[in-house]
Amino acid sequence: MTAERAKSRYSAMLRIRASEEALQKLFADGRIPGFVHLSIGQEAVAVGVSSCLRDADTVSSNHRGHGHTLAKGVELEPFFAEILGRETGLCRGRGGSMHVADFSKGMLGANGIVGAGLPITTGSALALKLLGKGDIAVVYFGDGALAQGLVHECINLSALWSLPVMFVCENNGWSEFSPTSRQMATSLRKLADAFGVEYRAVDGNRVSEVAATAETLVAGMRKAPAPAILECATTRVRGHFEGDRQDYRTASEIQSLPARDPLSLARAEMQVEGVPPDWFDEVAKQIAVEVNNAVAKALTAPPPIDADLAAGVYAGMGSK
Amino acid sequence: MAEKHFIRAINEALADAMSADERVIILGEDIAAAGGSFKATRGLLDRFGDKRVFDTPISEATIAGVAVGAALTGFKPVVEIMFMDFVTLTMDMMVNQAAKAHAMFGAQRSVPMVLRTPHGGGLSAGPQHSQCLEAWFAHTPGLKVVCPSNPIDAYGLLRAAIDDPDPVIFVENKALYAKRVEMPEEWPQIEIGRARVARRGKDVTVVAYGAAVDWAEKAAEELARDGVGVEIVDLRSLQPWDETSVMESLSRTHRLVIAHEAVEAFGVGAEIAARMADVGFDELDGPIIRVGAPFSPPPFAPSLEAVFRRDANDIVAAVRRTLR
Repeated sequence: MTAERAKSRYSAMLRIRASEEALQKLFADGRIPGFVHLSIGQEAVAVGVSSCLRDADTVSSNHRGHGHTLAKGVELEPFFAEILGRETGLCRGRGGSMHVADFSKGMLGANGIVGAGLPITTGSALALKLLGKGDIAVVYFGDGALAQGLVHECINLSALWSLPVMFVCENNGWSEFSPTSRQMATSLRKLADAFGVEYRAVDGNRVSEVAATAETLVAGMRKAPAPAILECATTRVRGHFEGDRQDYRTASEIQSLPARDPLSLARAEMQVEGVPPDWFDEVAKQIAVEVNNAVAKALTAPPPIDADLAAGVYAGMGSK
Repeated sequence: MAEKHFIRAINEALADAMSADERVIILGEDIAAAGGSFKATRGLLDRFGDKRVFDTPISEATIAGVAVGAALTGFKPVVEIMFMDFVTLTMDMMVNQAAKAHAMFGAQRSVPMVLRTPHGGGLSAGPQHSQCLEAWFAHTPGLKVVCPSNPIDAYGLLRAAIDDPDPVIFVENKALYAKRVEMPEEWPQIEIGRARVARRGKDVTVVAYGAAVDWAEKAAEELARDGVGVEIVDLRSLQPWDETSVMESLSRTHRLVIAHEAVEAFGVGAEIAARMADVGFDELDGPIIRVGAPFSPPPFAPSLEAVFRRDANDIVAAVRRTLR
């Protein structure tokens, strides 16, 4: 049972990694319009948390939202089609990488505005609490969002109203191009304490640790709605966006990243528990095929229809 | 027949919408226990309970954002922002989130929320409690904007706004809160996007909304004494606005004045004037004239605020100018 879970989490992380490496290449080849922010090195957070969630639980995300989206069970082909700007995309090519969303999986959207996912998720948690089925809402945000007033407002409101929202902070030490030490005068731990909200810190690159802690928090939230904060220390391997040369990072920091790779850490743990090397080779092959097929299909999909430009602006009657 | 106050019409529309649909919840500062700064929500907490009527902290951005998230999760939230000046704090949630969700997510979901807020001056409430900022929202694809001029429209438009699948900014003019009308047998249904011809006249069309409709009525009375017939088109909806009704009226009168309490420059009147100068060019026998506030923050001193605010006299002067 434990081994099966570990395998399932490893596969989910590898699926995200392989998908983002495919995106990295597509972007370098000039096939992806706009901006792409990759979460390579942060996969364990999305997978560890999502492994405790069900379809009716909602999640929302940020600029770096591919992993959160795929971990919630979103299919690869419409995911790639969206990022490539195609009609068959999750959002019919209207959103792109920063706005991937799949409401059928409870994925309420990545977000291009830092911190904006928090109030939306807090509102979703209010709705879920009123519905009373024990479902919860999860928002992923970076340490770069901590200086936004919304973070403080939402922790306060969710504590006052006992809302089942889990605030998952992916602390990779970087607020875009600046170290978070220059952005934040306090810490999330102290904020949690100030608002009286349950707080846990984990090694966000160890998926088993993220999952175990998230499981405890989620189980408590389902029983008695209340907010919780999970701070995950993690690593942003790529730049803030693809094309960012990262001149602002030191060589020693970059050299330290492979030792913290969440896939390698999970593999080492699993091998100790007896998962054979063959299994890893096999799953890598399967996922490579799955990703390649999805990319190939997405690339053949048509762009949105020009005449539909204004069609989706309103759900109700048209406008001027 | 019974008379109804504007504020009472808002209260009844909220109560009736909450009775009709249990997904309707209301949120805002001091709206539950205190019944709202202007008492629009008085009695709703007692009637519907604290799982439907929420007093929020003073966190406007989060109030709006919570409404977006609850709407995306199946509810129909109605938010009160105490003064329209405070919408600045909600702008990311309204403009980048609520307005865009339907288009940006490929029509997977819409955001059926309403943001109610009072605008307008005349109370010496000063630069941050008097503004009319509706043009910002009307300029934002994905939002709808309505502004009733009387209690009957207030009821009908608020019910329509709550039923609407899209986010609606519902603007209430503070000067109208005490306005009464004789109640019809029952509240009529009103469709968002449809204007109302408030008065028939053959010489000039005055397009107005909110409190400016009253100014237009007063101006029309005065002009009637000189034999000038004023047709008043009460827009009711600013986004979408009823271009057809304005065009039809212009085709009858051939002169156009547009009046609103908001600052004139880059306002709702500018959009209507530009459209009519285009599609209505052949109908125009005189310049299109706007009546709006001068380009200044609303001042505090009563003497200065009187200079700042437009009224019926300004409409009379505008009508005389376009007829010249």
